[in-house]
Amino acid sequence: MSDRRRLSFETRSQAGLSVEERGYEHLLEFTDVSLSFKGVKALTDVSFHVDDGELFAIIGPNGAGKTSTFNCLNGVYHPQEGDIVWKGSSILRERPDKIAELGIARTFQNIELFPHMTVLENITLGRHVRTHVSWWDGAIWWGRAKREELANRAVVEDIIDLLEIEQWRAYPVALLPYGVQKRVELGRALAMEPELLLLDEPVAGMNLEETEDMARFILDIREELGIAMILVEHDMGLVMDIADRVMVLDFGKRIAIGKPEEVQRDPEVIRAYLGGDLAAT
Amino acid sequence: MRGRPNLFTDYESEMALFPTTTKRVAVALLLIFALLVPLGAIPGLSFLQESSWLVLINRALVFAIAALGLNLLTGVAGQVSLGHSFFMAVGAYTAVLLGGTPGKTVWGLELPIWIWLPAAGIAAAIIGIIVAPTAVRVRGLYLAFVTLGLVFIGLHLWRNFGKIAGGPTTGRPWPPLEFALWKGDPIISFAKDGPWLGVQLTSDAKTYFFLLVAVIVFTLVAKNLMRTRIGRAWAAIRDRDIAAEIMGVNEVRGKTQAFAISSFYAGIAGALFAVILGRLIPETWDLLLAVEFIAIILIGGAGTIAGTLLGTFFVVLIPRIVEDITFFFADQVANQGPLAWLGDLFIRKSPDDILGFVSTGAAGPGLSIFQLNVALFGVLIIVFLIAEPLGLYGIWIRVRNYWKGWPFTY
Repeated sequence: MSDRRRLSFETRSQAGLSVEERGYEHLLEFTDVSLSFKGVKALTDVSFHVDDGELFAIIGPNGAGKTSTFNCLNGVYHPQEGDIVWKGSSILRERPDKIAELGIARTFQNIELFPHMTVLENITLGRHVRTHVSWWDGAIWWGRAKREELANRAVVEDIIDLLEIEQWRAYPVALLPYGVQKRVELGRALAMEPELLLLDEPVAGMNLEETEDMARFILDIREELGIAMILVEHDMGLVMDIADRVMVLDFGKRIAIGKPEEVQRDPEVIRAYLGGDLAAT
Repeated sequence: MRGRPNLFTDYESEMALFPTTTKRVAVALLLIFALLVPLGAIPGLSFLQESSWLVLINRALVFAIAALGLNLLTGVAGQVSLGHSFFMAVGAYTAVLLGGTPGKTVWGLELPIWIWLPAAGIAAAIIGIIVAPTAVRVRGLYLAFVTLGLVFIGLHLWRNFGKIAGGPTTGRPWPPLEFALWKGDPIISFAKDGPWLGVQLTSDAKTYFFLLVAVIVFTLVAKNLMRTRIGRAWAAIRDRDIAAEIMGVNEVRGKTQAFAISSFYAGIAGALFAVILGRLIPETWDLLLAVEFIAIILIGGAGTIAGTLLGTFFVVLIPRIVEDITFFFADQVANQGPLAWLGDLFIRKSPDDILGFVSTGAAGPGLSIFQLNVALFGVLIIVFLIAEPLGLYGIWIRVRNYWKGWPFTY
């Protein structure tokens, strides 16, 4: 316990509570969601749920609908059918910024940091939904704005400490190496104090060492903050090692869901990944 | 922290506006310099207190307020606007409607400055809020064209609302820069010569002090906005709007606030611009004025306060400096002074002069000084866009980093 780093914000995870105490059954329920763009069906009747503190993984070949699932959760896409329920109420038609405020944060497959801002500014921007100073308070600076900026800075520094990016603090992110940018993006999402973190391929394009670092950060976040996570990843070793449950998508359809070892043995999954002929033999 | 007195030991001192001693000293010296300018007390630069220079500097100060506003909208929030002169006009005409003297052909309510000046800003801000939703629908170059449309709608309106704008060729007089509690004799007048604290000052000098204070206040507000919640949200919308939304930034609200605050700056600057000119025609608020502000933030350095201020003084004062230099060399050539050989290179002396291309007289062949300035302006924008996208501010950063690392290269 003693060697754990303390963050200045507490987790809001409800993992230990009963259904009555929480007031909802699952943290997130994704029910029979279908999403199509004109003729292309990106998602067909996809259902899953995520509980508090759970590490849920979504895998599948390219174009299976993993990122589309995230975009539905974030409110970037609005699916035509089905429902997305966050803590017992539907967020199907909410705007992205509203969903962020509710406690869903995200990192992106292709880094979506703000390239002209420094690491500090990027992570501080993540505090946007947890701060409330109005623009006129900001214009005056002295008083409320200054107090909030200082409090923000303390939280941001804790996150920088957790992710071990101290030496890059003041750099514009566009100048940083890829692996560090990925960490900054994770930091920006953490700054939102989320209850659910969507990680879109956090170790894509990373070498073994960087992958292990990132896995350590993901486990740290889970252990210290108890944040539920949905992980989209192609690195099967990582997924099978750290995920609690895994869902497999193929061509927008759910073909398997369950514990990593069950999913690995599923014939449908083997067919999707290795091809029909191999599975038949 | 023995031995390292300059080390930051808390976030408060690191996040201060002027975190280092060097910066504090530089700002203090700049302020003292600014205070001495109209008194003619600076050795070698005492000519700055002459009316012709002071009027130009006052114009630069007014432009600085407008440019700070455009910098927030275009430099920080990334919304390219060519309609800044329109918002300035809204401010100016609100001011004259509330503060101007009524006549047979024009309206005016003769209200004091503490009503018409804030009202000028607020009226422009309201128009800005009305325009903002288009920025949510159209982006980049398309938004530039939508705002460009505002300039021409505005020009049409000002030409046709003679009751507000005055005659199309004569305009109308604006209220003077005087502070009164209500109608009647002013308590403080910036528009009349006279002594302040025992020092004899011209109206230009008094106006200068008023504008200097205004610029300092507006600069601080802009800087504070940029370093707090709203400024980060603007920068996020500029860099990646969809990612910004997913991080919880309300795009519609962010853009609306950017337009409102930027237009407020423009409205105040427009009112003050009209007031220091005294009288102006509707054509003042044309596209050229709007382009001038885009040039200011591009040359100065988009998204930076120091760059905006540098750019303003550069763009406003350079024509005068070019003029003075040209006349100096023309004089050298005419009187065979020690620098005549240099002047020979570009001063046109006769119609068959091969090298010279600038003539001081209006009738002479070759470029007039005005044309030279216009050409120079265009060349400067091209050079800055290609060679130094961060503008004058970028050059300053490079010079600073060179000396920071000196004698090492990095």
